[in-house]
Amino acid sequence: MRIIVENVAYTYKAGSPFEAQALKDINLTIEPGEFVGLIGHTGSGKSTLVQHLNGLLLPTEGNVYVGDLDVVSNKGNLRQIRQRVGLVFQYPEHQLFEETVFNDVAFGPKNLGLEPGEIERRVKRALEMVRLDYETIKDRSPFALSGGQMRRVAIAGVLAMEPQILILDEPTAGLDPTGRDEILEEIAKMHSTLGITVVLVSHNMEDVARYANRVIVMDQGQIAMDGSPREIFSQVDQLQSLGLGVPMVGVLMAKLNSLGHNLRGDILTVEEASNEILMWLRGKKDA
Amino acid sequence: MLKDITIGQYIPGNSIVHRLDPRTKITVAMIFMIALFTVNNAVGYISMGVFTALAIFLSQIPFHYLLRGLRPILIIIIFTVTLHLFLTPGTEIWRWGVLKITWEGVIQGFFMGMRLVFLIFITSLLTLTTSPISLTDGMEYMLAPGKRIGIPAHELAMMMSIALRFIPTLLEETEKIMKAQMARGADFESGNLLRRAKNMIPLLVPLFVSAFRRADDLAMAMEARCYRGGTGRTRMKELHLYTRDYLAMSFLILFAIYAIFTRML
Repeated sequence: MRIIVENVAYTYKAGSPFEAQALKDINLTIEPGEFVGLIGHTGSGKSTLVQHLNGLLLPTEGNVYVGDLDVVSNKGNLRQIRQRVGLVFQYPEHQLFEETVFNDVAFGPKNLGLEPGEIERRVKRALEMVRLDYETIKDRSPFALSGGQMRRVAIAGVLAMEPQILILDEPTAGLDPTGRDEILEEIAKMHSTLGITVVLVSHNMEDVARYANRVIVMDQGQIAMDGSPREIFSQVDQLQSLGLGVPMVGVLMAKLNSLGHNLRGDILTVEEASNEILMWLRGKKDA
Repeated sequence: MLKDITIGQYIPGNSIVHRLDPRTKITVAMIFMIALFTVNNAVGYISMGVFTALAIFLSQIPFHYLLRGLRPILIIIIFTVTLHLFLTPGTEIWRWGVLKITWEGVIQGFFMGMRLVFLIFITSLLTLTTSPISLTDGMEYMLAPGKRIGIPAHELAMMMSIALRFIPTLLEETEKIMKAQMARGADFESGNLLRRAKNMIPLLVPLFVSAFRRADDLAMAMEARCYRGGTGRTRMKELHLYTRDYLAMSFLILFAIYAIFTRML
């Protein structure tokens, strides 16, 4: 399912002294099956943009199309759009409220008006997707879980809606490195096995470089850059002028090149970098 | 709806009203309220109106901010006016079945309505021209003598400033949780009253959890900075009364005496 964002502008608190334009004339198409990394420094409009994709915010100007539905003409009935586009907010564990994990994950499917059998199937599946054991966890209180488990339950709550597009706003904020890698691996697996579209909002360039196959850079409510991770992360200077970093290996490569060595600039991961440096060292030895 | 809440809203400025000591402003507001509830005739109410207008003029606060403060209590005003309109005995001027409006009722209703409006204007003026911090500071000073009889002045003031400080934070939090649940198909807008109340559970539970978490964090942060309550605590900004404060208070006392005299007219 394709998402088309058409000339979208959004102004917070329009008409008050605190008026602020958060988005300016955004045009964007997200193809089915893409893994999009959305980056930009704080206040660049990332969160505002993703909230438009499932109609939580309605554009001041322009329109957003999710498949054959658009948010402006479906203003009164956005539930169908929200079912298609699942949005996991920052610190999603803060939205847990039910007495048991099962009930919390079932909240979304229940709102969709599904029958009990289908709800149970979905809850089971969603919990398995985030690698939690259904039988042992379903009757526990979500408030008695560890931080990482709570976050998984919260993500499962969105997955149980069975969205075709999954948007995650900083899903790994506040987790330890192991927890972070696990969650990202699970998301990557859902992307590859289920074929759902993923939009990952992140501050962590390494994560975006590793998982995304398209990177969108936001700056001051506009799309500043849009391309493959290699294209984007090789433009170290431009990223830095937007207040963003690049993956550490990118910095290393850029530094080596500025010292007059001739290495590839579009390196994304530590593995690639080590290969490139080894090759370069060997080449030097031969020369 | 949430935007209408103006409690604790402060508009920075440098007018004579802004510069008055918070204790003066609190005292003045209290004396004004006493005077406002003393007057009972046209001369009295006109005097109150003139005073309110003068105070608003001196404060340089845009009038629409004050009007916005009226919005939440509009129902109370309408209710009061209506009750007085229909229930005051006197000369009838209109009748429909058991309902009757009397001339006295019209006057009484108008006066009562004005009384509430002036009350809201002056109290709004107090919060609009005084930052929450100096307001609670002022209250702490004023309550300090009560410590001897067991009134925890400092603690009360601290509680108030924390409460004021967290109003916007909690509003923001509410909006965030609401959106997160709406993303899971929750509906906060339709259905009858009972259904709507039930639909609030997914919003209220996380909100309470987060409020308690914030309280815990704040307590920890305060203790980490050696906060141990009011005893022996010094302050960066001491409050001072200047000539203008004494003048304002003397004027208000005279004004209150004058208000009592208007009753005899």
